[in-house]
Amino acid sequence: MKKNIVFALFVACLTFALPARAQLVIEITSGADQLLPIAIVPFGYTGSAPLPEDVAGIVEADLQRSGVFEAIPRANMLSLPSSSENVFYRDWRLLKADYVLVGSVANNGNGTYRISYELLNVLTQARVGKREALDVKPSNFRDAAHFISDKIYEQLTGIRGAFSTRILYVTAEGDKRSPTYKLQVADADGYRPQVIVSSKEPILSPSWSSDGRQIAYVMFRNRRPSIFIQELASGKQQQLTQFRGLNGAPAWSPDGKKLALVLSKDNNPEIYTLDIATRRLERMTNHYSIDTEPSWEPDGQGIIFTSDRGGNPQIYRLDVRTKNVERVTFEGELNTRARMTPDGRYLVTVQKNNGNYHVALQDMNTGRVQVLTETYLDESPSIAPNGSMVMYATSNRGKGILSVVSVDGLIKYRLPSAEGDVREPAWSPYFK
Amino acid sequence: MSVKKLGKFAVIGLSAAWLAGCSTTASDSDTSAMGSEGSAAGSTDSTYAAGEDGSLNSVMIDDRTAAQKAADLLAGVATVFYFDFDKSIVRPEAREALAKHAQFLMENPDARIVLEGHADERGTREYNMALGERRAKAIMRYLTIQGVAASQIEAVSFGEEVPVAFGHDDSSWQLNRRVEVRYE
Repeated sequence: MKKNIVFALFVACLTFALPARAQLVIEITSGADQLLPIAIVPFGYTGSAPLPEDVAGIVEADLQRSGVFEAIPRANMLSLPSSSENVFYRDWRLLKADYVLVGSVANNGNGTYRISYELLNVLTQARVGKREALDVKPSNFRDAAHFISDKIYEQLTGIRGAFSTRILYVTAEGDKRSPTYKLQVADADGYRPQVIVSSKEPILSPSWSSDGRQIAYVMFRNRRPSIFIQELASGKQQQLTQFRGLNGAPAWSPDGKKLALVLSKDNNPEIYTLDIATRRLERMTNHYSIDTEPSWEPDGQGIIFTSDRGGNPQIYRLDVRTKNVERVTFEGELNTRARMTPDGRYLVTVQKNNGNYHVALQDMNTGRVQVLTETYLDESPSIAPNGSMVMYATSNRGKGILSVVSVDGLIKYRLPSAEGDVREPAWSPYFK
Repeated sequence: MSVKKLGKFAVIGLSAAWLAGCSTTASDSDTSAMGSEGSAAGSTDSTYAAGEDGSLNSVMIDDRTAAQKAADLLAGVATVFYFDFDKSIVRPEAREALAKHAQFLMENPDARIVLEGHADERGTREYNMALGERRAKAIMRYLTIQGVAASQIEAVSFGEEVPVAFGHDDSSWQLNRRVEVRYE
């Protein structure tokens, strides 16, 4: 029952915009050494009509990309069981698989399919959890696959999976001198991109509301920036601010009631909060330097932001109640655009060292800083809602692409786009 | 006091002479000029005298829009001004052209300009939005110090969103760190 509700929400999300052709394709550039070997057996299917998606293939790609698992190649499989009754564990021990996922797809005859699956432990020869079944429409096969990936990931790592989440990003396509900017939403694996807004003027700084139902972004109109919010399911768009000067960097508070944003209407860039229901604006910083790029701490009590009040840009923390400001980053020539992991443990920044811009991770307990990336012109880091991965924008052969790095720096993959420059990724929260 | 005033008249006289010259040559080359489209260069009609008394009021009798007038009178004057990396200091070589814009704006109180600030691609996007604005405001301050009313000027930043050069090297970055003067 609950699963059907989840999928209904996905369907609602998917109907608001036009289909787009360009897709991001995952390339894994490096991985961790200690990987958990798992065999994801192609799901059994006896029907004659072709299936819309290879569910097992999507699960395999998800788990590979997580950097935790190593999938046994299909070509090496000695048998292709579709349920635990047909599994010969000896076959899988030979292949050194620790776990086996088997499943099947059956046509229910009413426009839906039943996808059943079981996760098996090769060592104990027992099922992990229960045999599960999902009834889905053909258009929800990818959702079902990501749901299964989430379940397996959580069962085997203890961490909630983030495969069913989505990403926002901006593309600039066409003639570089007069590109078309598109704000797009896609699955976290880059598939099923949909255009939310298309404009001949720049779009930047997309961000999600905490329930994943709304987004905020900056879009230029008549050569001036404004902040917009938009409901994803309905497409309903509202222009929220249009002050003279900067209208930038909208960030939704964890309770969903406010936006932190940047305005320069009182002369120079300052952080404000805007109560969305009452439209009450509250100025949070007061300094002649640049204050920008606000983002909320997970508990909503602090706002971290970039300021060059110390001479060069560094990250500061603003206490929302007292408006006291304290400096947070000290390493690197500069640190900008900070984001905090959902557990509040780590701060991710764009750090400049020796002229290079990289994604860095600062442990908020120990202060230890680790540079996570080695790519070029890195910016816009955005953290997965389970805190495991950071998606960011970088430049590859002169083209803007999205890349992902795990918070331990061991797993890296990139999502090259077929069309245009891709930038400004924003990883969604869990959908509520 | 009077000396100061005299000095100001002298500047105006000079500018007027320059403007008169410009209407026929329109080819003054400024190293930092990106060209202001040169639309009506040389086509300015002779409704104004080159103002020996320092007054350019006679320029006002035509009914062209302020933007058209600016395009005509300021043809050849740089409209793009460049900045050093992470800096928002108006370079000395920008002063002459900015003085001409200031001149025009003071003589045409109905004229409005937008100063569009830009940054290169390095660094984060919203920080670059702030940096672009800081550059536009630096030009704005320069003009208001010359006597232009702040109400005639709007500073807008495009950050790194609208580059004019597309390489990933110093020469492209230099061209992108700029403020463009746009008459509305």
